[in-house]
Amino acid sequence: MPITVDQLARFVELFAERLAAEKENLTRLDSAIGDADHGINMDRGFQAVLGKLPEISSDSAGGLFKGVGMTLVSTVGGASGPLYGTFFLRAGGALGDTTDVTAEQLAAALRAGLEGVIQRGKAELDDKTMVDALSPAVDAFDRSLDGSLPNALAAAASAAAAGRDRVTPLVARKGRASYLGERSAGHQDPGATSTTIMIEALRDALQPGA
Amino acid sequence: MKKLINAPDKVVDEALAGMAAAHPDLIRIESPNIVVRKDAPRKGKVGIISGGGSGHEPMHGGFVGLGMLDAAAPGAVFTSPVPDQMLAATKAVNGGAGVLHIVKNYTGDVMNFDLASELAQGEGIEVASVVIADDVAVKDSLYTAGRRGVGGTVLAEKIVGGAAEGGADLATAKALVEKVQDNVRSMGMALTSCTVPAAGKPTFEIADDEMEIGIGIHGEPGRQRMKLASADEITEMLATPILDDGPFSKGDSVLVFVNGMGGTPLIELYVVFNKLAAILKDRGMTIGRSLVGNYITSLEMAGCSITLLKLDDELTRHWDAPVRTAALRWGI
Repeated sequence: MPITVDQLARFVELFAERLAAEKENLTRLDSAIGDADHGINMDRGFQAVLGKLPEISSDSAGGLFKGVGMTLVSTVGGASGPLYGTFFLRAGGALGDTTDVTAEQLAAALRAGLEGVIQRGKAELDDKTMVDALSPAVDAFDRSLDGSLPNALAAAASAAAAGRDRVTPLVARKGRASYLGERSAGHQDPGATSTTIMIEALRDALQPGA
Repeated sequence: MKKLINAPDKVVDEALAGMAAAHPDLIRIESPNIVVRKDAPRKGKVGIISGGGSGHEPMHGGFVGLGMLDAAAPGAVFTSPVPDQMLAATKAVNGGAGVLHIVKNYTGDVMNFDLASELAQGEGIEVASVVIADDVAVKDSLYTAGRRGVGGTVLAEKIVGGAAEGGADLATAKALVEKVQDNVRSMGMALTSCTVPAAGKPTFEIADDEMEIGIGIHGEPGRQRMKLASADEITEMLATPILDDGPFSKGDSVLVFVNGMGGTPLIELYVVFNKLAAILKDRGMTIGRSLVGNYITSLEMAGCSITLLKLDDELTRHWDAPVRTAALRWGI
């Protein structure tokens, strides 16, 4: 069964709700190795997205995601604004005018979003960034497409969480955490954490009956 | 949290409104939250803009005015501004001779300025950018975000502002900032943490007998936590890596900038300067120019940073050029 634009809007709402709930936790993680604003910034951006949702709601999946991306670029600032903004802009570009999104189209959109994030942030795997959660999630989704959509999304969410936890012991090589050198090792990455929340929100919003 | 604020989410807006009320002869505030020189755009003059998170006052808004910046884009506290702000600032100061973006090397600042630069060029405005990365506490490597932009930014903004006021074109202005970047090094330390208003509690915990060496300007921890040392020892710890890393040698004239992080009194900054002067004398260098005070801060953090810039006649001339801003004024 194809994914509707309403379901994707529900994903955006669910991600916003969970960012609001996790705001302090994300900021606490960022205090340890960054500058203590990740939760605050993501919440500010997604509250702006929620406020604009009636405006940016679109008949097309691409229109919705592009609206989300533009809002994030214009309201978040920091590194998260351009990175999450680029993710949604590129994913929206891949979805185009589609109204009923197939699992394959969603896979292509997630892949385009990931490539945009890598291009904008110039981060690679093991740099200890959001890419370490997003990249394995997109790969796992691709690999699981043969089965049901809920299973593929579950695999993507598990892979994101595993990626997030896998880089905790590493030394950060990008973003503000890289300034700490060895001291960044052992701390969970805030960006990989918010990305895992995003993929989990996608999984939960697209469950049958959700 | 004990702060002189009304509400955490109103701090930046209310401070900007206060600046506009205090300095109507120098600046105006435009939407979306940019500080613009009162008489901008000036026809035929290269526009100089910078931007970054708030919480570093007087940088950058306090440096807007004659002989320094034409506009500044302040983001949320410690968060880079959004591209809309840099785009609006670029348009507001474009007098037809192009606009120079001075960007501090932080991942977010670089990405947001890049986006703004693409958008401005799409609208037909010539834009050049220079990234300032002068903090020797950060290991420079192809595989990291690279050095942070700190105290050298203040000096670059003053020097290029003086040159642009004197009629330098965009290429010359860009080359001048690159020259400052090549010849400037900084390092900072903290005695206390600071509290981002929206976070409500200090960014890191630090005991009364501890200090952080190699901090940035966002309340982030430094490279090393140590037992508190004397001002002379701390000055050595900051000056030595700067002098070893930079292009400094015997006989050089240097601009010596001792900066407070926001919560350290001037009397202590002069104690630091005293030791620094002795260190430079030992190395056979002369203090060509000096700047002491709170110019690039980290909210209420106690601590200091040291910045050294190797001077030549060109840099000295533009440093001495008249400046009239909220935070720096001389020669006029």
